[in-house]
Amino acid sequence: MVTVTRPSIKDIWRWLAEVPDPEIPVISVTDLGIVRDVAWDGDTLVVTVTPTYSGCPATTVINLDIERALNEKGIESVRLERQLSPAWTTDWISAEGREKLKAYGIAPPVDGTAADGRLLERAERLSGRSNLTIACPRCGSTRTEKISQFGSTPCKASYRCLDCLEPFDYFKCI
Amino acid sequence: MASATATEAAVDRAAVFEFLLSMGDNALILGHRLSEWCGHAPALEEDIALANTALDLIGQTQLWLGLAGEIEGKGRSADDLAHHRDALEFRNLLLTERPNGDYGKTVMRQFLFDAWHYLCLTALRDSSETRIAAIAEKASKEASYHLERSRDLVIRLGDGTAESHTRMQAALDDLWPYTGEMFMNEASDAELAAAGVAPQPASLKNGWDALVAEALAEATLKKPVDGYMHKGGKRGVHTEHLGYVLAELQFLQRAYPGATW
Repeated sequence: MVTVTRPSIKDIWRWLAEVPDPEIPVISVTDLGIVRDVAWDGDTLVVTVTPTYSGCPATTVINLDIERALNEKGIESVRLERQLSPAWTTDWISAEGREKLKAYGIAPPVDGTAADGRLLERAERLSGRSNLTIACPRCGSTRTEKISQFGSTPCKASYRCLDCLEPFDYFKCI
Repeated sequence: MASATATEAAVDRAAVFEFLLSMGDNALILGHRLSEWCGHAPALEEDIALANTALDLIGQTQLWLGLAGEIEGKGRSADDLAHHRDALEFRNLLLTERPNGDYGKTVMRQFLFDAWHYLCLTALRDSSETRIAAIAEKASKEASYHLERSRDLVIRLGDGTAESHTRMQAALDDLWPYTGEMFMNEASDAELAAAGVAPQPASLKNGWDALVAEALAEATLKKPVDGYMHKGGKRGVHTEHLGYVLAELQFLQRAYPGATW
Protein backbone atom coordinates (compact mmCIF):
# COMPACT_ATOMS: atom_id res chain seq x y z
CA MET A 1 0.00 0.00 0.00
CA VAL A 2 1.28 3.40 -0.97
CA THR A 3 1.02 6.12 1.62
CA VAL A 4 0.06 9.39 -0.02
CA THR A 5 1.04 12.53 1.80
CA ARG A 6 -1.97 14.78 2.16
CA PRO A 7 -1.37 18.41 1.23
CA SER A 8 -1.33 20.71 4.23
CA ILE A 9 -4.35 22.83 5.07
CA LYS A 10 -2.16 25.89 4.62
CA ASP A 11 -1.34 24.89 1.04
CA ILE A 12 -5.02 24.29 0.33
CA TRP A 13 -5.96 27.78 1.52
CA ARG A 14 -3.22 29.12 -0.76
CA TRP A 15 -4.70 27.21 -3.70
CA LEU A 16 -8.21 28.42 -2.89
CA ALA A 17 -6.87 31.98 -2.93
CA GLU A 18 -6.30 31.46 -6.66
CA VAL A 19 -9.90 30.44 -7.43
CA PRO A 20 -11.62 33.52 -8.92
CA ASP A 21 -15.19 34.58 -8.30
CA PRO A 22 -17.01 33.80 -11.59
CA GLU A 23 -18.86 37.15 -11.69
CA ILE A 24 -16.02 39.39 -10.50
CA PRO A 25 -12.91 37.47 -11.59
CA VAL A 26 -10.45 39.95 -10.06
CA ILE A 27 -11.20 38.69 -6.57
CA SER A 28 -10.87 35.16 -5.27
CA VAL A 29 -13.27 33.08 -3.23
CA THR A 30 -11.07 33.61 -0.17
CA ASP A 31 -10.98 37.40 -0.77
CA LEU A 32 -14.79 37.27 -0.67
CA GLY A 33 -14.68 35.45 2.66
CA ILE A 34 -17.10 32.74 1.57
CA VAL A 35 -14.80 29.77 2.32
CA ARG A 36 -15.51 29.15 6.00
CA ASP A 37 -13.51 26.02 6.70
CA VAL A 38 -11.18 23.45 5.17
CA ALA A 39 -10.65 20.11 6.89
CA TRP A 40 -9.79 16.51 6.12
CA ASP A 41 -12.36 13.80 6.76
CA GLY A 42 -10.26 10.67 6.14
CA ASP A 43 -9.12 10.94 2.54
CA THR A 44 -11.86 13.40 1.66
CA LEU A 45 -11.26 17.12 1.79
CA VAL A 46 -14.26 18.97 3.16
CA VAL A 47 -14.60 22.59 2.05
CA THR A 48 -17.30 24.58 3.81
CA VAL A 49 -18.72 27.44 1.76
CA THR A 50 -21.37 30.02 2.65
CA PRO A 51 -23.49 31.61 -0.09
CA THR A 52 -23.35 35.39 -0.65
CA TYR A 53 -27.07 35.63 -1.54
CA SER A 54 -29.67 32.85 -1.29
CA GLY A 55 -30.37 32.97 -5.00
CA CYS A 56 -26.98 33.96 -6.36
CA PRO A 57 -26.59 31.91 -9.57
CA ALA A 58 -22.80 32.03 -9.15
CA THR A 59 -22.95 29.70 -6.12
CA THR A 60 -23.12 26.52 -8.22
CA VAL A 61 -20.30 27.70 -10.46
CA ILE A 62 -18.17 28.63 -7.43
CA ASN A 63 -18.58 25.11 -6.02
CA LEU A 64 -17.61 23.54 -9.35
CA ASP A 65 -14.59 25.84 -9.68
CA ILE A 66 -13.37 24.99 -6.17
CA GLU A 67 -13.73 21.29 -6.80
CA ARG A 68 -11.97 21.49 -10.16
CA ALA A 69 -9.09 23.57 -8.79
CA LEU A 70 -8.48 21.09 -5.96
CA ASN A 71 -8.76 18.11 -8.31
CA GLU A 72 -6.09 19.69 -10.47
CA LYS A 73 -3.82 19.88 -7.42
CA GLY A 74 -4.19 16.14 -7.05
CA ILE A 75 -6.93 15.97 -4.41
CA GLU A 76 -9.30 13.36 -5.76
CA SER A 77 -12.03 13.40 -3.19
CA VAL A 78 -13.56 16.78 -2.39
CA ARG A 79 -16.84 17.37 -0.58
CA LEU A 80 -18.47 20.80 -0.49
CA GLU A 81 -20.69 21.64 2.43
CA ARG A 82 -23.04 24.59 2.63
CA GLN A 83 -23.09 26.62 5.82
CA LEU A 84 -25.85 29.24 6.22
CA SER A 85 -25.09 30.48 9.71
CA PRO A 86 -23.36 32.77 10.54
CA ALA A 87 -24.69 34.41 7.38
CA TRP A 88 -22.16 35.94 5.03
CA THR A 89 -21.45 39.63 5.48
CA THR A 90 -19.48 42.00 3.28
CA ASP A 91 -17.43 42.79 6.39
CA TRP A 92 -15.64 39.48 5.64
CA ILE A 93 -14.20 40.73 2.34
CA SER A 94 -10.43 40.95 2.82
CA ALA A 95 -8.47 44.22 2.72
CA GLU A 96 -6.71 42.94 -0.37
CA GLY A 97 -10.05 42.05 -1.94
CA ARG A 98 -11.30 45.60 -1.37
CA GLU A 99 -8.29 47.06 -3.16
CA LYS A 100 -8.81 44.67 -6.08
CA LEU A 101 -12.49 45.64 -6.32
CA LYS A 102 -11.61 49.32 -6.40
CA ALA A 103 -8.98 48.82 -9.09
CA TYR A 104 -11.60 46.91 -11.11
CA GLY A 105 -14.03 49.86 -10.95
CA ILE A 106 -16.33 48.59 -8.19
CA ALA A 107 -16.56 50.70 -5.04
CA PRO A 108 -15.86 48.36 -2.11
CA PRO A 109 -18.41 48.06 0.74
CA VAL A 110 -18.17 50.54 3.60
CA ASP A 111 -17.59 48.58 6.79
CA GLY A 112 -20.06 48.62 9.60
CA THR A 113 -23.05 49.47 7.41
CA ALA A 114 -24.01 45.89 6.67
CA ALA A 115 -27.67 44.93 6.98
CA ASP A 116 -27.70 42.21 9.59
CA GLY A 117 -31.41 41.88 9.01
CA ARG A 118 -32.27 44.17 11.90
CA LEU A 119 -33.66 47.16 10.11
CA LEU A 120 -33.84 49.70 12.91
CA GLU A 121 -30.29 49.10 14.04
CA ARG A 122 -29.12 49.50 10.48
CA ALA A 123 -31.10 52.72 10.03
CA GLU A 124 -29.59 54.10 13.24
CA ARG A 125 -26.09 53.12 12.17
CA LEU A 126 -26.55 54.75 8.80
CA SER A 127 -28.03 57.93 10.25
CA GLY A 128 -25.19 58.07 12.74
CA ARG A 129 -22.92 58.21 9.75
CA SER A 130 -24.54 61.10 7.94
CA ASN A 131 -21.18 61.70 6.29
CA LEU A 132 -21.30 58.18 4.85
CA THR A 133 -19.98 58.56 1.34
CA ILE A 134 -19.26 56.11 -1.39
CA ALA A 135 -16.16 57.29 -3.22
CA CYS A 136 -16.08 57.04 -7.02
CA PRO A 137 -13.67 54.21 -7.88
CA ARG A 138 -12.54 56.10 -10.99
CA CYS A 139 -11.82 59.67 -9.90
CA GLY A 140 -12.03 59.32 -6.11
CA SER A 141 -14.67 62.05 -5.73
CA THR A 142 -17.02 61.62 -2.80
CA ARG A 143 -19.77 63.57 -4.58
CA THR A 144 -21.76 60.53 -5.65
CA GLU A 145 -25.42 59.50 -5.63
CA LYS A 146 -27.35 56.25 -5.60
CA ILE A 147 -29.20 55.42 -8.82
CA SER A 148 -30.67 52.12 -7.68
CA GLN A 149 -30.38 49.79 -4.73
CA PHE A 150 -29.82 46.91 -7.13
CA GLY A 151 -27.18 46.56 -9.82
CA SER A 152 -25.99 44.04 -12.37
CA THR A 153 -25.66 41.25 -9.81
CA PRO A 154 -27.44 40.68 -6.48
CA CYS A 155 -24.38 41.89 -4.57
CA LYS A 156 -24.13 45.31 -6.21
CA ALA A 157 -25.98 48.64 -6.22
CA SER A 158 -25.80 51.32 -8.94
CA TYR A 159 -24.22 54.69 -8.22
CA ARG A 160 -23.21 57.73 -10.25
CA CYS A 161 -20.33 60.15 -9.77
CA LEU A 162 -21.42 63.79 -9.84
CA ASP A 163 -17.93 64.97 -10.80
CA CYS A 164 -16.67 62.65 -13.52
CA LEU A 165 -20.31 61.70 -14.32
CA GLU A 166 -19.45 58.01 -14.70
CA PRO A 167 -21.92 55.45 -13.39
CA PHE A 168 -20.33 52.73 -11.24
CA ASP A 169 -21.16 49.66 -9.20
CA TYR A 170 -21.06 49.71 -5.42
CA PHE A 171 -20.58 46.42 -3.62
CA LYS A 172 -23.55 46.82 -1.32
CA CYS A 173 -23.35 45.91 2.33
CA ILE A 174 -25.18 42.95 3.75
CA MET B 1 -28.90 15.70 13.78
CA ALA B 2 -29.64 16.56 17.39
CA SER B 3 -31.76 19.63 16.61
CA ALA B 4 -33.93 17.69 14.20
CA THR B 5 -34.61 14.97 16.76
CA ALA B 6 -35.51 17.55 19.39
CA THR B 7 -38.00 19.28 17.08
CA GLU B 8 -39.57 16.12 15.83
CA ALA B 9 -40.07 14.90 19.35
CA ALA B 10 -41.63 18.17 20.49
CA VAL B 11 -43.94 18.95 17.59
CA ASP B 12 -45.78 17.12 14.90
CA ARG B 13 -43.51 16.76 11.90
CA ALA B 14 -46.46 17.47 9.58
CA ALA B 15 -47.02 20.86 11.23
CA VAL B 16 -43.39 21.85 10.64
CA PHE B 17 -43.63 20.59 7.06
CA GLU B 18 -46.75 22.70 6.43
CA PHE B 19 -45.11 25.74 7.96
CA LEU B 20 -42.04 25.34 5.76
CA LEU B 21 -44.28 24.99 2.71
CA SER B 22 -45.98 28.29 3.60
CA MET B 23 -42.63 30.08 3.88
CA GLY B 24 -41.36 28.53 0.64
CA ASP B 25 -44.60 29.05 -1.29
CA ASN B 26 -44.84 32.73 -0.33
CA ALA B 27 -41.34 33.29 -1.67
CA LEU B 28 -41.93 31.15 -4.77
CA ILE B 29 -45.23 32.69 -5.86
CA LEU B 30 -44.23 36.29 -5.18
CA GLY B 31 -40.84 35.64 -6.79
CA HIS B 32 -42.63 34.32 -9.87
CA ARG B 33 -44.97 37.32 -9.97
CA LEU B 34 -41.99 39.70 -9.84
CA SER B 35 -40.19 37.78 -12.58
CA GLU B 36 -43.20 38.47 -14.85
CA TRP B 37 -41.99 42.08 -14.94
CA CYS B 38 -38.64 41.12 -16.43
CA GLY B 39 -38.22 43.23 -19.58
CA HIS B 40 -41.44 45.19 -18.90
CA ALA B 41 -40.68 47.47 -15.94
CA PRO B 42 -41.06 51.25 -16.43
CA ALA B 43 -37.30 51.88 -16.09
CA LEU B 44 -34.21 49.74 -16.51
CA GLU B 45 -33.19 50.18 -12.86
CA GLU B 46 -36.64 49.03 -11.72
CA ASP B 47 -36.48 46.05 -14.05
CA ILE B 48 -33.15 45.01 -12.54
CA ALA B 49 -34.32 45.63 -8.99
CA LEU B 50 -37.43 43.46 -9.47
CA ALA B 51 -35.42 40.67 -11.07
CA ASN B 52 -32.92 40.80 -8.19
CA THR B 53 -35.68 40.70 -5.59
CA ALA B 54 -37.25 37.78 -7.45
CA LEU B 55 -33.87 36.04 -7.45
CA ASP B 56 -33.52 36.46 -3.67
CA LEU B 57 -37.02 35.06 -3.18
CA ILE B 58 -36.46 32.07 -5.47
CA GLY B 59 -33.18 31.40 -3.63
CA GLN B 60 -35.02 31.47 -0.32
CA THR B 61 -37.64 29.13 -1.82
CA GLN B 62 -34.91 26.56 -2.46
CA LEU B 63 -33.83 26.75 1.18
CA TRP B 64 -37.35 26.53 2.66
CA LEU B 65 -38.68 23.84 0.32
CA GLY B 66 -35.39 21.95 0.53
CA LEU B 67 -35.77 21.75 4.31
CA ALA B 68 -39.48 20.91 3.93
CA GLY B 69 -38.57 17.91 1.78
CA GLU B 70 -35.89 16.87 4.26
CA ILE B 71 -38.29 17.02 7.20
CA GLU B 72 -41.07 15.27 5.29
CA GLY B 73 -38.64 12.41 4.68
CA LYS B 74 -40.19 11.11 1.48
CA GLY B 75 -37.26 12.02 -0.75
CA ARG B 76 -38.92 15.05 -2.34
CA SER B 77 -36.54 17.85 -3.37
CA ALA B 78 -37.26 21.58 -3.48
CA ASP B 79 -37.79 21.24 -7.24
CA ASP B 80 -40.23 18.36 -6.78
CA LEU B 81 -42.26 20.40 -4.31
CA ALA B 82 -42.26 23.49 -6.51
CA HIS B 83 -43.16 21.75 -9.75
CA HIS B 84 -45.27 18.75 -8.82
CA ARG B 85 -47.89 20.05 -6.42
CA ASP B 86 -51.31 21.35 -7.44
CA ALA B 87 -52.93 24.58 -6.27
CA LEU B 88 -54.74 22.85 -3.38
CA GLU B 89 -51.37 21.84 -1.89
CA PHE B 90 -49.90 25.35 -2.03
CA ARG B 91 -49.74 27.25 1.27
CA ASN B 92 -48.90 30.80 0.13
CA LEU B 93 -50.79 33.89 1.28
CA LEU B 94 -53.42 35.09 -1.20
CA LEU B 95 -51.63 38.46 -1.30
CA THR B 96 -48.63 36.90 -3.06
CA GLU B 97 -50.75 35.56 -5.94
CA ARG B 98 -52.52 38.88 -6.66
CA PRO B 99 -51.88 39.91 -10.28
CA ASN B 100 -49.16 42.52 -10.81
CA GLY B 101 -51.55 45.25 -12.00
CA ASP B 102 -49.85 48.57 -12.67
CA TYR B 103 -46.45 49.38 -11.21
CA GLY B 104 -48.04 51.06 -8.20
CA LYS B 105 -49.89 47.89 -7.30
CA THR B 106 -46.76 45.77 -7.63
CA VAL B 107 -44.85 48.18 -5.37
CA MET B 108 -47.65 48.31 -2.80
CA ARG B 109 -48.03 44.51 -2.73
CA GLN B 110 -44.29 44.25 -2.21
CA PHE B 111 -44.27 46.72 0.67
CA LEU B 112 -47.21 45.09 2.49
CA PHE B 113 -45.51 41.71 2.08
CA ASP B 114 -41.96 42.89 2.86
CA ALA B 115 -43.07 44.48 6.15
CA TRP B 116 -44.60 41.16 7.23
CA HIS B 117 -41.78 39.06 5.80
CA TYR B 118 -39.13 41.09 7.56
CA LEU B 119 -40.88 40.82 10.95
CA CYS B 120 -41.59 37.12 10.49
CA LEU B 121 -37.98 36.31 9.53
CA THR B 122 -36.64 38.41 12.40
CA ALA B 123 -38.73 36.34 14.83
CA LEU B 124 -37.67 33.09 13.13
CA ARG B 125 -34.00 33.87 13.74
CA ASP B 126 -34.71 32.71 17.29
CA SER B 127 -36.45 29.49 16.23
CA SER B 128 -35.74 26.44 18.39
CA GLU B 129 -35.23 24.51 15.15
CA THR B 130 -31.69 25.56 14.25
CA ARG B 131 -32.11 24.85 10.54
CA ILE B 132 -35.06 27.27 10.41
CA ALA B 133 -33.09 29.87 12.38
CA ALA B 134 -30.17 29.59 9.93
CA ILE B 135 -32.37 30.15 6.86
CA ALA B 136 -34.11 33.06 8.60
CA GLU B 137 -30.76 34.65 9.47
CA LYS B 138 -29.74 34.52 5.81
CA ALA B 139 -33.12 35.55 4.38
CA SER B 140 -33.74 38.38 6.85
CA LYS B 141 -30.73 40.28 5.53
CA GLU B 142 -32.20 40.15 2.05
CA ALA B 143 -35.72 40.96 3.27
CA SER B 144 -34.52 44.03 5.16
CA TYR B 145 -33.02 45.27 1.91
CA HIS B 146 -36.30 44.58 0.06
CA LEU B 147 -38.23 46.48 2.73
CA GLU B 148 -35.92 49.48 2.56
CA ARG B 149 -36.56 49.70 -1.16
CA SER B 150 -40.33 49.06 -1.26
CA ARG B 151 -40.95 51.40 1.69
CA ASP B 152 -38.96 54.14 -0.02
CA LEU B 153 -40.92 53.69 -3.27
CA VAL B 154 -44.30 53.74 -1.50
CA ILE B 155 -43.35 57.06 0.09
CA ARG B 156 -41.99 58.56 -3.11
CA LEU B 157 -44.97 57.50 -5.23
CA GLY B 158 -47.60 58.17 -2.55
CA ASP B 159 -46.19 61.62 -1.88
CA GLY B 160 -45.45 62.18 -5.56
CA THR B 161 -47.66 63.53 -8.33
CA ALA B 162 -51.48 63.57 -8.22
CA GLU B 163 -51.45 60.65 -10.66
CA SER B 164 -48.98 58.52 -8.67
CA HIS B 165 -50.78 59.34 -5.41
CA THR B 166 -54.16 58.26 -6.84
CA ARG B 167 -52.72 55.01 -8.13
CA MET B 168 -50.98 54.17 -4.86
CA GLN B 169 -54.14 54.84 -2.86
CA ALA B 170 -56.14 52.65 -5.27
CA ALA B 171 -53.54 49.89 -4.94
CA LEU B 172 -53.64 50.10 -1.15
CA ASP B 173 -57.46 50.00 -1.04
CA ASP B 174 -57.51 47.04 -3.42
CA LEU B 175 -54.87 44.99 -1.58
CA TRP B 176 -55.83 45.79 2.00
CA PRO B 177 -58.45 42.98 2.29
CA TYR B 178 -55.61 40.52 1.58
CA THR B 179 -53.45 41.64 4.51
CA GLY B 180 -55.52 40.15 7.35
CA GLU B 181 -54.58 36.60 6.39
CA MET B 182 -50.97 37.21 7.43
CA PHE B 183 -52.02 37.42 11.08
CA MET B 184 -54.63 34.67 11.32
CA ASN B 185 -53.68 31.80 13.59
CA GLU B 186 -54.30 28.29 12.34
CA ALA B 187 -54.62 25.35 14.75
CA SER B 188 -51.06 24.16 14.10
CA ASP B 189 -49.62 27.63 14.76
CA ALA B 190 -50.21 27.35 18.52
CA GLU B 191 -48.32 24.06 18.58
CA LEU B 192 -45.40 25.52 16.62
CA ALA B 193 -45.31 28.60 18.87
CA ALA B 194 -45.39 26.50 22.04
CA ALA B 195 -42.37 24.54 20.81
CA GLY B 196 -40.56 27.77 19.91
CA VAL B 197 -40.38 26.78 16.24
CA ALA B 198 -42.28 29.77 14.82
CA PRO B 199 -44.15 32.82 16.16
CA GLN B 200 -47.95 32.92 16.31
CA PRO B 201 -48.99 34.92 13.21
CA ALA B 202 -51.13 37.25 15.35
CA SER B 203 -48.06 38.21 17.41
CA LEU B 204 -46.62 40.03 14.39
CA LYS B 205 -49.66 42.28 13.94
CA ASN B 206 -48.67 45.18 16.22
CA GLY B 207 -45.20 45.52 14.73
CA TRP B 208 -46.60 45.37 11.20
CA ASP B 209 -49.33 47.94 11.97
CA ALA B 210 -46.73 50.36 13.33
CA LEU B 211 -44.34 49.89 10.42
CA VAL B 212 -47.09 50.28 7.81
CA ALA B 213 -48.84 53.21 9.52
CA GLU B 214 -45.59 55.14 9.76
CA ALA B 215 -44.76 54.66 6.07
CA LEU B 216 -48.32 55.39 4.88
CA ALA B 217 -48.42 58.61 6.89
CA GLU B 218 -45.17 59.73 5.30
CA ALA B 219 -46.55 58.72 1.90
CA THR B 220 -49.70 60.84 2.55
CA LEU B 221 -51.80 57.72 1.95
CA LYS B 222 -54.94 56.91 3.91
CA LYS B 223 -54.87 53.60 5.75
CA PRO B 224 -58.06 51.69 4.85
CA VAL B 225 -60.48 50.60 7.55
CA ASP B 226 -60.21 46.90 8.40
CA GLY B 227 -63.22 45.22 6.83
CA TYR B 228 -63.74 41.75 5.40
CA MET B 229 -60.42 39.93 5.09
CA HIS B 230 -59.91 37.18 2.48
CA LYS B 231 -58.37 33.99 3.75
CA GLY B 232 -57.67 30.39 2.77
CA GLY B 233 -54.21 30.43 1.19
CA LYS B 234 -52.57 28.69 4.16
CA ARG B 235 -55.15 25.90 3.86
CA GLY B 236 -54.84 25.56 0.10
CA VAL B 237 -58.03 27.47 -0.77
CA HIS B 238 -56.73 29.88 -3.40
CA THR B 239 -58.07 32.48 -5.79
CA GLU B 240 -58.31 31.57 -9.46
CA HIS B 241 -55.06 33.44 -10.12
CA LEU B 242 -52.80 30.77 -8.61
CA GLY B 243 -53.77 28.22 -11.25
CA TYR B 244 -52.54 30.49 -14.03
CA VAL B 245 -49.27 31.11 -12.17
CA LEU B 246 -48.71 27.38 -11.71
CA ALA B 247 -49.58 26.63 -15.34
CA GLU B 248 -46.66 28.78 -16.41
CA LEU B 249 -44.31 27.93 -13.55
CA GLN B 250 -44.79 24.16 -13.75
CA PHE B 251 -45.35 23.60 -17.46
CA LEU B 252 -41.91 22.31 -18.34
CA GLN B 253 -41.58 19.82 -15.50
CA ARG B 254 -45.15 18.61 -16.05
CA ALA B 255 -44.61 18.11 -19.78
CA TYR B 256 -41.10 16.68 -19.41
CA PRO B 257 -40.78 15.34 -15.85
CA GLY B 258 -37.22 15.42 -14.53
CA ALA B 259 -35.90 17.41 -17.48
CA THR B 260 -32.53 19.07 -16.82
CA TRP B 261 -30.27 21.22 -18.94
